[in-house]
Amino acid sequence: MWDYTDKVKDHFLNPRNVGEVENPDGVGEVGSLACGDALRLTFKLDEQGRIQDIKFKTFGCASAIASSSALTELAKGKTLEEAEKISNQDLAEFLGGLPEEKMHCSVMGKEALEAAIANYRGEAVVKEDFEIVCKCFGVTDREIERVARENRLTTIEEVTDYTKAGGGCQACHPKIAHILEGLWGKQPPEPAEQRVAAGKKLSNLQKIRLIQETLEREILPPIRSDGGDLELIDIDGDKVLVALRGTCSFCPQSSFTLKHFVEAKLREFVSPDLEVEEVKP
Amino acid sequence: MKTIYLDNNATTRTAPEVLEAMLPFFADLYGNPSSMHFFGGQVARHLKTAREQVAALIGAHPSEIVFTSCGTESDNAAIMGTLYSYPEKKHLVISRVEHPAVLNVAHHLQARGYRITELKVDGQGQLDLEELRHVLTEDTALVSIMTANNETGVIFPIDEIAAIVRERGIPFHTDAVQAVGKIPMDMGRSPIDMLSLSGHKLHAPKGIGALYIRKGTRFAPFVVGGHQEAGRRGGTENVPYIIGLGHAAEFCLAHLEEENTRVRALRDRLETALLERIPNTIVNGDRQHRLPNTTNLSFEYIEGESILMLLSDEGVCASSGSACTSGSLQPSHVLRAMGVPFTAAHGSIRFSLSIYNTEEDVDVVIDVLPPIIQRLRDISPFWQDYVDGKPMDAFLTGGDVAHHVHG
Repeated sequence: MWDYTDKVKDHFLNPRNVGEVENPDGVGEVGSLACGDALRLTFKLDEQGRIQDIKFKTFGCASAIASSSALTELAKGKTLEEAEKISNQDLAEFLGGLPEEKMHCSVMGKEALEAAIANYRGEAVVKEDFEIVCKCFGVTDREIERVARENRLTTIEEVTDYTKAGGGCQACHPKIAHILEGLWGKQPPEPAEQRVAAGKKLSNLQKIRLIQETLEREILPPIRSDGGDLELIDIDGDKVLVALRGTCSFCPQSSFTLKHFVEAKLREFVSPDLEVEEVKP
Repeated sequence: MKTIYLDNNATTRTAPEVLEAMLPFFADLYGNPSSMHFFGGQVARHLKTAREQVAALIGAHPSEIVFTSCGTESDNAAIMGTLYSYPEKKHLVISRVEHPAVLNVAHHLQARGYRITELKVDGQGQLDLEELRHVLTEDTALVSIMTANNETGVIFPIDEIAAIVRERGIPFHTDAVQAVGKIPMDMGRSPIDMLSLSGHKLHAPKGIGALYIRKGTRFAPFVVGGHQEAGRRGGTENVPYIIGLGHAAEFCLAHLEEENTRVRALRDRLETALLERIPNTIVNGDRQHRLPNTTNLSFEYIEGESILMLLSDEGVCASSGSACTSGSLQPSHVLRAMGVPFTAAHGSIRFSLSIYNTEEDVDVVIDVLPPIIQRLRDISPFWQDYVDGKPMDAFLTGGDVAHHVHG
């Protein structure tokens, strides 16, 4: 069974804004019955050009219906310029997250909104100008490239989770790989945790999680292979309190290890402001 | 909320009397049946009884039963054990609707140079036996075709198929995991060479299975180790579970008639009532040749996972062949092989009953399902269009329909 958040369940069991707006200003239709999910979005603007009424009809699984419901909630009251900025990540975040394999549901919501806005502006949604890469699910190269860039997708599997492309006969896998290569070059983008470290400020939760991950992955294996061990005691602001165990606890070089190895690694992978302190028993 | 369990093709309740029979073998009777002392020897006697009980369920001789860890192992052992025995032959015949335990073994072998023929099925899920006759060659090492389909319950004329294969001197294996315990099977009258069965589909616990190997069939062990199971499957016998499988076999034999009368009537009542109450409902599979406990229904214009979630909310457990439930993006390979229309392939629900189900269980489903279907159809963009008689545009079909349905 899928591990859906309570918010996903709520928006599936009690979907908001189901139906079709009468005499809509914009209509967006994406997906198809054959593909397993489809969404028709209709909206109406008020005098100030804000989305006054927006409704959806969706054929699909629980997360597709919940994503559609979330989309209408997020878009309501916004101008089209504001609504255009809603990303598939915003939809997923609003729902408290979606299983990776279901991220394409959030992408479908975003695309329906785009299609409806384009419809309002009288722009035709042209798929013909672009190559259809995945013939099983009718996904274009442009779409794959855009979703991959926005969500920093680096593997074919992730592209399938987010766009469905490559999830059928798999004949297009080389083409998807080519698109990813064109986007990122031979080097995949830095993993998420390193990006966070370089840029935004971390929340406490993120920091604790990152410190734990970095300890497990980068720091503990070499220490343990020398017969030592290290325990994370507490995190106080930028202070990381650790206790040394095993052979480390009586090693004269342990303070050197703490500064030049443990602290250096944590600064590299979590935050340059961190300081490591030893807690004595 | 009462749990209404209608997913018995996925797994069954361990019968309380089966569990009861197993318990002493976890506690006091822990000896190794291979040991040369009284303590292990007494366990060996119980093992012998269990082997007789399993043999009796399928009309086999006890020496033809090999205990395994599950149905999947039985299937793997049958296929690989035969290929090891005929190393010069490189062709394998299966059907398109096999369980992954056979299908993916075949695909695995294909990547290693074997030639695989997957027999197609018609809209009813039935095979063309002429096609089978046509594809057999001197190079064919094994034909493996299931007895009954796990998703639709469709039963193949397995004795007839086995006879065609035997006539050509080719070994024949059947994955009978869904059939054993639900319909009579008699190896004494059948030309089947090997048959897989699984404990947890017939009221034994998970983690035990068996492979029937007809006397005189060439077979090399798949799990290589000690002398257990007459050298056909290494590893110390999983005594408590084997005892459980033996008792479950006896339990199923005793309830076989009930399964084919009362349970069948329950299934039929459920199916008929749902077909009456819910428009645009399709039965998937050959209704004339079907397991007594299974019905697979497609509700057009809606998606299966949503139906399951709403049923689950009412305490009803079933399963679906929709893409979303599997984590894959395409609906069930069985429904696609049958060419189920694209309007229906994603909205399939399988109800599979057991002797533990009651009239009340069925009444609940008949009561709660029609409003669930209507609720989802009210959310679906296609239903109102269909009701209004609007033409199916590209939005509906996604263009290349034939590809989606038969791909």
